[in-house]
This record gives sequence, C-alpha cells and structure tokens, in this order.
Amino acid sequence: MNAWLARQRYLVDYAAASLWRRRAKNAGLWLIYVGLIFILGSVILFGSAIRREAGWTLEGSPDVVAQAMRMGRHDFARESDIAKLKSLRGADRIEGRLWGYLFDTATAANYTLQVPSAFAPDYALARGEAIIGEGVARLRKLSEGRHLFLVSPASKFLKLRIRKILPTSSALASSDLVLVSQEDFRAFFELAPDQFTDIAMRVRNPGEVNTIAGKGALALAHYRFITRASMQRTYEALFSWREGLLLALLVGAMLAFAILAFDKASGLSAQERREIGILKAIGWETSDIIRMKLWEASLISLTAFLAGVALAHAHVFLMSAPLIEAVLKGWSTLYPRFTLAPYVDALQIATLAFLTVVPYIAAVLAPIWRAASADPDSVMR
Amino acid sequence: MIELQAVSKLYRQGHVNEIAAVREVDLTLADNAVTVLKGPSGSGKTTLLTIIGCLARPTSGRVRLDGESLSGLPEKFLAGIRRKTFGFAFQRFNLVSGLTAFENIMLPAYPLAPRFSDLRARVHELAGLFGVSHRLDLRVDDLSGGEMQRVAVARALINDPRVIIADEPTANLDSERAAQFLDIVATLKARGKTVLMTSHDPRIWNAAVVDRVVEMADGRIVGAP
Repeated sequence: MNAWLARQRYLVDYAAASLWRRRAKNAGLWLIYVGLIFILGSVILFGSAIRREAGWTLEGSPDVVAQAMRMGRHDFARESDIAKLKSLRGADRIEGRLWGYLFDTATAANYTLQVPSAFAPDYALARGEAIIGEGVARLRKLSEGRHLFLVSPASKFLKLRIRKILPTSSALASSDLVLVSQEDFRAFFELAPDQFTDIAMRVRNPGEVNTIAGKGALALAHYRFITRASMQRTYEALFSWREGLLLALLVGAMLAFAILAFDKASGLSAQERREIGILKAIGWETSDIIRMKLWEASLISLTAFLAGVALAHAHVFLMSAPLIEAVLKGWSTLYPRFTLAPYVDALQIATLAFLTVVPYIAAVLAPIWRAASADPDSVMR
Repeated sequence: MIELQAVSKLYRQGHVNEIAAVREVDLTLADNAVTVLKGPSGSGKTTLLTIIGCLARPTSGRVRLDGESLSGLPEKFLAGIRRKTFGFAFQRFNLVSGLTAFENIMLPAYPLAPRFSDLRARVHELAGLFGVSHRLDLRVDDLSGGEMQRVAVARALINDPRVIIADEPTANLDSERAAQFLDIVATLKARGKTVLMTSHDPRIWNAAVVDRVVEMADGRIVGAP
C-alpha cells in the first residue's frame, strides 16, 4: 500500500509539473471548464434552494383552501358556505380570505392585495393602514410612515399609511404583497359583505387532511379543495420546469465543452507524444502513463469543479444569482429580492460532477490510451 | 549474458513496402564488456539495439537474458526489465523538455517509487560523477550538447542497471566531448556495467575501452570477432 501511494505521489508530481509546463493551453481549458460548471452549478443550486424556500413558505399556509367554482372558473366564496364547512369535525380556524391582484400602471407591476388573517393579530390593520412587501416598497420608494396611493380598475382611489415593510427573508412569497384592512379591501374592489376570495381551513390531525378535504367536497360540491401538499407540488413543478428549461438550453454548452475537451486531448502535440515515447523507453509502463495522464485530467477537472461550484455557491447564496434570476426567480417586473438560505444537496452536486467531470476524463482517456500503447522504440527512430 | 538467436525484425510486415531491418542475427554479448555495433545507415544497428533493450519485439527468433527468454513476455514485464536491467542514452538525448536536469535524471525511478531522500542522494552522486552538479537546477533546454548527454547518461544509470545502451552517442559531439564520453564509458566499465553502443564514429571503434566491434550491413552481421 505504501509503495502504491509513493508511486502515485511521484505520478502526481510529474502530472502537476506537466500541467505547469503547458500552463497557457491548460489555463484556457480550465477557465472554460470553470465557467461551464459555474453556470450549471448556479442553476442547480438555485433550483434546489428555491424549492426548499417555497416549501418553508408553504409551511405557514392553510392545510386546505376551498375555492368556489362556476363554469370551471374561480368564483367568490360565500359566507353561508363558510358556515357549512364549520360543521366539519376535525377542521378549525375556518375563515373566508380576501385577496386579489392589482395591476399598477405607474410601475407596470402586479401587486397582491390581501386582508390579513383574523388569526394573525400582529398583522391586524385599521382603516387606512397597510403592511407592504419589500418589492413594493422598493418599486414605489416607500418607507414606514409614508403613504401608498392605489387606483382600482374602477378608478377608485385608496390612500394607505405604511405601518410596516415585510422583511426580505420572506420576499419569495411577500415581495408584491400589500396587506390592507377588510373595510378598505371591500371598498376598493367593491365587494359585497358576504363575498370572499376563497376559504382557508386548518386541520388538527395532519393525517386527516385529505379526508377533511374530501368531506368538504361532499358538503360543497361546487367548490375545489386544494391541500397544502398539492400546492407544494405545484410550486416544485413550476421551479423544476424553469430549471429544466435552463438546463436544456445549457446542454448545447455542455456538448461544446465535450467537443473542446476531446479535441484538446485527442490533439496530443508532437511534443507530448514524444514525451510519452521517452517515458516508455526509460521504463514507464503503459499503465503508469495512463495513470499520470488521469492525474493530469483529474487535477484539471477537480480543481475546475471545486472552483466552479464555489463560484456558483457565492453567486447564488451571497449575490442572489443576478445572472439567472430573470429566468428562475420571478414572474413579473417585481422580482422578489431575497437571499436564499445556503443549502447544498449532495445528490445534485454528485449529479453535476457526473455531468462534467466524468465526460471530461472519459474524453481524454481514449487518445491517451492510444498514445501510451504505442511501441516505445519510436523514440529511437 | 545476452544471447540473440536467429533474430529478425520486419516492418510493415505483409505489405508491399515490407522492410527487413534485421535478418537472422545470432549474437552473444558478454557481461562487463563494451560492444559497439558499427555499420552504415540502414544496416539495422539501431533496430538490433531496440530489440536487445526490450524496446521492440523481434518478428522471429529469440532474445535471452541470463538464459531467460524475453521474446514472449507481455509488455508489462518488458517495461520492468527495461527499467531495472537497461539504461538508455539516446542519440538525441531524449530529455523531457521543460523539466530541470534534476527532474530528468529522476524520471526512470518514478515507477519504482524509492524514498525521495535516497533518490535525491543518488541523483547528486551521478551528477557529481559526470560533472553536472552545478547544472541540476537548470531546465535541460538551457544546457549545452555535452551537458545534455551527461545528464542523459546519468538518467540511464539512476536505477543502477546492468546494461547501458547508447545509440550513436557521439554523433553530435566534437572531439573533446567525444573523448569525455569515452571517459564516461571507461568509468561505467570499471563499475562493472555492460555497455552496448551503435556508432558510425571511428573514434569510438578504435577506442581502447571498446572490447568488441560487431559490423552490420543490410540487417546482417558481417563481421564479429
């Protein structure tokens, strides 16, 4: 074992010296390699972190949401229907929710207007007060104590004093949020007192969520019951779809790199071939040469991989992924601004390594094997 | 002792441009002697050297080292024999460009993985023997022809082989450097090494240190005392 290790140390030593001797050629390849891993790593790290973030955000959402349907379209929920659901055993905190979208022509952004839950006293608002998301504050250049002016589609005017701005840590869900009092909301959107956007329910036993949703569907046949698990699946599908789209676009870049790596490796220079011949002539075995070249390829690919992943990590978790956020993060001009919690999925890092390191080593191995198998007497001729 | 029995080497065998570089050669090389293969270009000297040094396999015939046949051994074993039994000094030195003289001398020892302190001591000993101690840290590209050759000989000796094989060792050297090379050969012989060289150079054939001159022409031995 010690002899094997000592031999590998000599081979690594030679491989490192060999890389240094051809540093200009290798540096170019290394930089392209780092760039590829950086962008692929950014997409993968961002995708997994944002899915996790969405999961955390949904943890605070209701167990079941009931939406009234009419002709296959979302309709208003009624006070009388809320009363019917309250008779279901196992469900509590049943309340009608009020929320809706407002397109703000001044900033060309969509806001989500919402009335805070009656079960969240910290967010209780009086008429004329609002709590806003950080995206709205940023876009409208607002701070606490100042006023937000909104105009409804029916040209109704609403003046709100900013009581609080929601922290950026919750910006994925709240960036475009404007929390207002129920009175203001109904007046602004001209909503009747018994109308609600939908109905939220909490279920005491998590194992009973589907059963309660099923019972609710029996009680209110024209309602659609959405569980938190299915919302989570929708979020995951959305971010996975975006990530997949971007990865599909990057397949071209990966192929280009594979071709470049193969071209570099198969185009062994005359000097490199001669060097291999010399090493064989002075007693190196074919396997020694292949191992040495594998060390060379491993040093390039592993350092490029580590550098690329480290850069991707910094890009995603320290800088909030400015290069890819436009595709992966938001859905309007009001992109949420938040810092993702650092999270590394070992399986995804392994997948990234498999997609980048393994093809590179495979691409260099075949031409090296051919050159190393040549007769050593070539150096004498 | 190295014995060759009816050794032939064909290149491009079976093609219309087949070449018989060596034909039916029988030769016995004694230990601790200096033997020179002489002959014109294309006479088969270098090919015979590569076969004896296990760099190439004969197309037919047998090569024996101390009675053991080498002809049928797999490449892995031949590499081991090359490493331990033979040291090579090539006509164009074949040093690895970009590495220092020190690194070049060490190279044949890498697969044997000796302790680095022992290897370094051995490099310094050989460099001292051949007068290149002060050039060890220079890249071989910056050495003179004579220095390159001495580094190449030092490299050939790093694994302490029994047999030194040198192909046209004085082809690129002036008279002074050729005389220095013959001094090196005398040193090697005094240390009990067997030396086998090819040469066009009468300064080599006629040197006092040479024990035997084998003359070749058209792939055959035409004169061997």
